[in-house]
Amino acid sequence: MKVFWQNNMALLVVLLVVAAAGFGFQRHLDPYYYKILVDVGIAIILVVSLNLINGITGQFSLGHAGFMAVGAYASAALSVLAAGPWLNGLALGGAQKMVVEFVALGVIVIVGGVAAALAGFVVGMPALRLRGDYLAIATLGFGEIIRIVFQNTEQLGGARGISIPPPRSDFTGVYVCAVLCVAFIWRLVHSVKGKSFFAIREDEFAAATVGIDTTKYKVIAFVLGSFFAGVAGALFAHSATGYITPAQFDAVKSIELVVMVVLGGLGSISGSIIAAAALTLLPEILRGFAEYRLVVYSLLLVLVMLTRPQGLMGMKEIKLPWHRQPYQHKPVA
Amino acid sequence: MLEIENLHVRYGAIHALRGVSLEVRSGEIAALIGANGAGKSTLLKAVSGLIRPSEGRMRFAGTQELGRLASCELVRQGISMVPEGRAIFSNLTVIENLEVGAYLRRDSEVKKDREWIWELFPRLRDRQRQSAATLSGGEQQMLAIGRALMSRPRLLLLDEPSLGLAPLMVQTIFRTIRQINGKGASILLVEQNAHMALQVAHRGYVLQTGEMVLSGTGPELMETEQVKRFYLGEA
Repeated sequence: MKVFWQNNMALLVVLLVVAAAGFGFQRHLDPYYYKILVDVGIAIILVVSLNLINGITGQFSLGHAGFMAVGAYASAALSVLAAGPWLNGLALGGAQKMVVEFVALGVIVIVGGVAAALAGFVVGMPALRLRGDYLAIATLGFGEIIRIVFQNTEQLGGARGISIPPPRSDFTGVYVCAVLCVAFIWRLVHSVKGKSFFAIREDEFAAATVGIDTTKYKVIAFVLGSFFAGVAGALFAHSATGYITPAQFDAVKSIELVVMVVLGGLGSISGSIIAAAALTLLPEILRGFAEYRLVVYSLLLVLVMLTRPQGLMGMKEIKLPWHRQPYQHKPVA
Repeated sequence: MLEIENLHVRYGAIHALRGVSLEVRSGEIAALIGANGAGKSTLLKAVSGLIRPSEGRMRFAGTQELGRLASCELVRQGISMVPEGRAIFSNLTVIENLEVGAYLRRDSEVKKDREWIWELFPRLRDRQRQSAATLSGGEQQMLAIGRALMSRPRLLLLDEPSLGLAPLMVQTIFRTIRQINGKGASILLVEQNAHMALQVAHRGYVLQTGEMVLSGTGPELMETEQVKRFYLGEA
């Protein structure tokens, strides 16, 4: 028990700070900035989870938006069919309502994550036999298949989209998930067995010859990455807009996420967080450029890749003072 | 230690191995020599589970059937492979590469084994904190062998350990192969350098276009006309 507190004290403090900040932001922050902050949180979950697959395990996936869609639609179905009417029927108010909605959101998010993880398992088992470009193309195809299936499912609104009843994923909900996602993946890849992920990226064959079950670890990375993509999808579906369409989860979204992973540095979790935040904020900051906004955005991307081809962080991590790191992956200069 | 009986491997229409039989006895070094495309690497791939043979049996340590085991499971059984082209982790240091080699071990003697690797290859000890990418080709080969030994294999599979190395380095590597064998590990050595391979081997096999054409003890093979002419370059 004592060890548990020692290991998780920092995490609990961060979660409490997040909850308090969420409470404050909701009352005092301009809704526009509030929405951007929520978007950043969702992007962090997506990019860090994609980094587990693409950066840390080195399996180039281009289908992350597809798994996000699975999480979004699974959670939407749950809310429309069950959770929404049930919450409505309770007719709660005040603090009681807040707590019940928060718990309901937790359940919805987990359902979204599990649905996406299942999809990740079904897609990953055959697709992970492929390597490099072939895996990228296969996952791109799977992502599009998932999107088109939703587009043609009239029960889920088809191409028109579907509107989703409360609970809403507010700042607190999104950032609690983001912190848990980052902490989980960080601990996983810095654990003793977590070396396996890096080993597979460096040389899959060599990893197999020292006894690493490469298939198992690739599938673990893929399923966990998909799980968190589903969590992000569920949070996205339940954000203030409360409306999703299949077009939001197209291949362009997947590519956008890959860009963030590469820009942050393949394999660096802190890099992913920075890139997710920066590239979500950037289009908003650049609104002053009006119609040239995307040109400037693209130019900035090109500039960063020219000056830092290894990504903003390379493979390094920003270490917080309380982090003990038994294993540090050393890159070659 | 390793018995292969009547092994057939087909790549589509190509019949790469045609009924090959081979034996590595406990505590011995067996050398498999042959020219390019004879099927040497195919045989190693079949043993290590990377390709499925269409016919034949492979047995390890008397009972364990190979051929369906995944590569990672082999290490658990006590078979360790040094792949062609070495496949070391170039982003890790020398010492980290050895640690990864002990991936499956939970015992307390890992350190002792590392000391043994330093004894076998003093140059690796000198460079233990250096990134593996900065090693010379020969040192990388040493590291690959060292890493394979860290899993304490009963059978070591070596795929062309002399490939691309300077003659002096080749001698060092082969001397070490003997030393490793002296410590009790059985070795299957796949080589193009027939001269060196047959010198260290207790038992030799010659593979030609998918068929085992000759076998015998190392010195015996070196005396046969065929080997002399085609592999040792003597008239």
